[in-house]
Amino acid sequence: MTTVAEKPVENGVNVTALVGAREALKQAPEAARFTWRASSRWLGGTHSRSSVEGFFGLGQEHSHKSEFTFDIDHPEVFASEDRGATPVELVLSGLAGCLTAGVAAIAQMRNIQLHSVTATLEGAMDIRGILGADSDVRNGFDDVRVTFDIDADATREQIEALVAQSQKRSAVFDIITNPTNVTVTVA
Amino acid sequence: MRTDVVVIGAGHAGLAMSRCLAERSIDHVVIERGEVASSWKTGRWDSLRLLTPNWQSRLPGYVYAGSDPDGFRTMPETVAFIERYADLVSAPVRTHTTVNSVRRTDDGYVVATDRGAWLSRAVVLATGWCNLAHVPALAQAVPAKVATLTPMQYRNPSWLDAGGVLVVGASASGVQIADEIHRSGRPVTLAVGEHIRMPRTYRGRDIQWWMDAAGVLDQRHDEVDDHERARSVPSPQLAGHPDRRTVDLNALGEIGVTLVGRLAAIRDGRALFSGGLANKVALADLKMNRLLDTFDRWAASTGFGDGIEAAHRFEPTRIDPSVPLSLDLAGGRIRTIVWATGYRPDYSWLDVPVLDRKGRIRHTGGVVDSPGMYLMGEPFMRRRKSGLIDGAGDDARELSAHLASRLGSRGRAGWPPGGPQPARRASSAQAPATDSSEPPARSKPRRARGEVSRPAAELANTA
Repeated sequence: MTTVAEKPVENGVNVTALVGAREALKQAPEAARFTWRASSRWLGGTHSRSSVEGFFGLGQEHSHKSEFTFDIDHPEVFASEDRGATPVELVLSGLAGCLTAGVAAIAQMRNIQLHSVTATLEGAMDIRGILGADSDVRNGFDDVRVTFDIDADATREQIEALVAQSQKRSAVFDIITNPTNVTVTVA
Repeated sequence: MRTDVVVIGAGHAGLAMSRCLAERSIDHVVIERGEVASSWKTGRWDSLRLLTPNWQSRLPGYVYAGSDPDGFRTMPETVAFIERYADLVSAPVRTHTTVNSVRRTDDGYVVATDRGAWLSRAVVLATGWCNLAHVPALAQAVPAKVATLTPMQYRNPSWLDAGGVLVVGASASGVQIADEIHRSGRPVTLAVGEHIRMPRTYRGRDIQWWMDAAGVLDQRHDEVDDHERARSVPSPQLAGHPDRRTVDLNALGEIGVTLVGRLAAIRDGRALFSGGLANKVALADLKMNRLLDTFDRWAASTGFGDGIEAAHRFEPTRIDPSVPLSLDLAGGRIRTIVWATGYRPDYSWLDVPVLDRKGRIRHTGGVVDSPGMYLMGEPFMRRRKSGLIDGAGDDARELSAHLASRLGSRGRAGWPPGGPQPARRASSAQAPATDSSEPPARSKPRRARGEVSRPAAELANTA
């Protein structure tokens, strides 16, 4: 049961547009095919810069309003220069961003006013995997733990439901928890 | 051969429709490829019981009046009940008659069978929802030495090799089969995706009693936000065990079943499971608690809650903090895989263009997207209970009314958009007039008026 709000709930998410898109794309599934892109350039050592600018969807090419760049590096404990966050930290950030956006959209749809949403993430890793020190150890995370701290006009159960639902519809959650085909080739 | 209506299928739904057509003096025939209730005679495992109690098998002209209203029928008992019902309603059944095709004609349909063709003005599809077991495409990658079977092939644990078993799917079939196989001494790993958790009993009453009394089963298809999703909801984790035990993931975990996430892929002889199981069980727990909230509110508002056990909540679903993400299928520890991955209807004989992109029938509340064609028995077809035996009665009454008005208005094109618009009954605790000759096996408290639509909103709140 949702709290009856005295003024309209405003989390800043245009759910009308999202619901409209969902209905329209049911009838036109080809338009739903998107291709997200990133490109990267090596800058020396373990440092690279990734750029995100264009993507494909709804049948045509699009550009972001501006180009976004991310510097990616390894830290000093890895005998490196720490000129950017590590790749795995970017993955955690991606997960945080995806789940947080989901919380906001679902809260808007459920008429719940959010006041603050913070997420803390931890990815446990045994680095013998990536160092090749033990072939029984995987390269990636052993597990990922996410804690949400949410202040909203809602009961604890409603907030838990928001967080559960956001995972259900999260792209990055799916990418991390389920197998995904990745093909790497040389031009 | 000619008639006004051909009903295809002599299960409980086809027979209920036959009874309603007979009451309206509408000429019809019921065509059945086997014998009455044939689906219940084959493709079912030995220990299977209905997951709805005996009193909840109400059909037009029939209420349970036996001595075990709260029991759960076995398959032979279910067959016997449906056979008795066929006799009771004197349904005009043509057994051992297989429909090869249904096609449209200028003023109706031609139903071609292996014993001749029928011309009719209307057709009712009552062929059942679970004709075929669905097996995912990734089953092709299972190593050859591992035996695989579906719930329709499974009979009992003694048919399986000794050794480990992977059961894929944790809805009603999956949990029942996993429970039984594990108890036979064959260690079970259960792959769990989306599921519906429900206790068998709550506050001293059967869960189906609550679903019925609180109006949840009467929730209409046009009252939910997303009917698409509602019609695909998996069957709840219930079983009809005489000891009324709950067969949820906690119960399975307690007897030693290994719980893993949804089967995501099979690669190089290894099954790979989703790492998102914690989310799936959280969603199922939240959904169950919302359902119990609905029951508690109904009990409080009707005063029924006063005389029974207090409201309470069940333990959250417990899973290992580090759930296995893969399982070796090639090494010999897993000898059998059971694909409890759902069922689907078989419409291969239906030569009328009424199927959508995914092979599902296009209909509104059972009025199919072809004039004079009707559907029975799809989950949430008209109401949440449409897929249950108890749902066939109201659906047959309303769809036969629509059909009757169509037949009566021969020459008038089309039919009212959106399907039939029957008068809403305030409470379906009212017995239909035809049942008045038989005393109801139990009396139920009337549900509060106006309570029906709020539970609807709660259930529509997806998680």
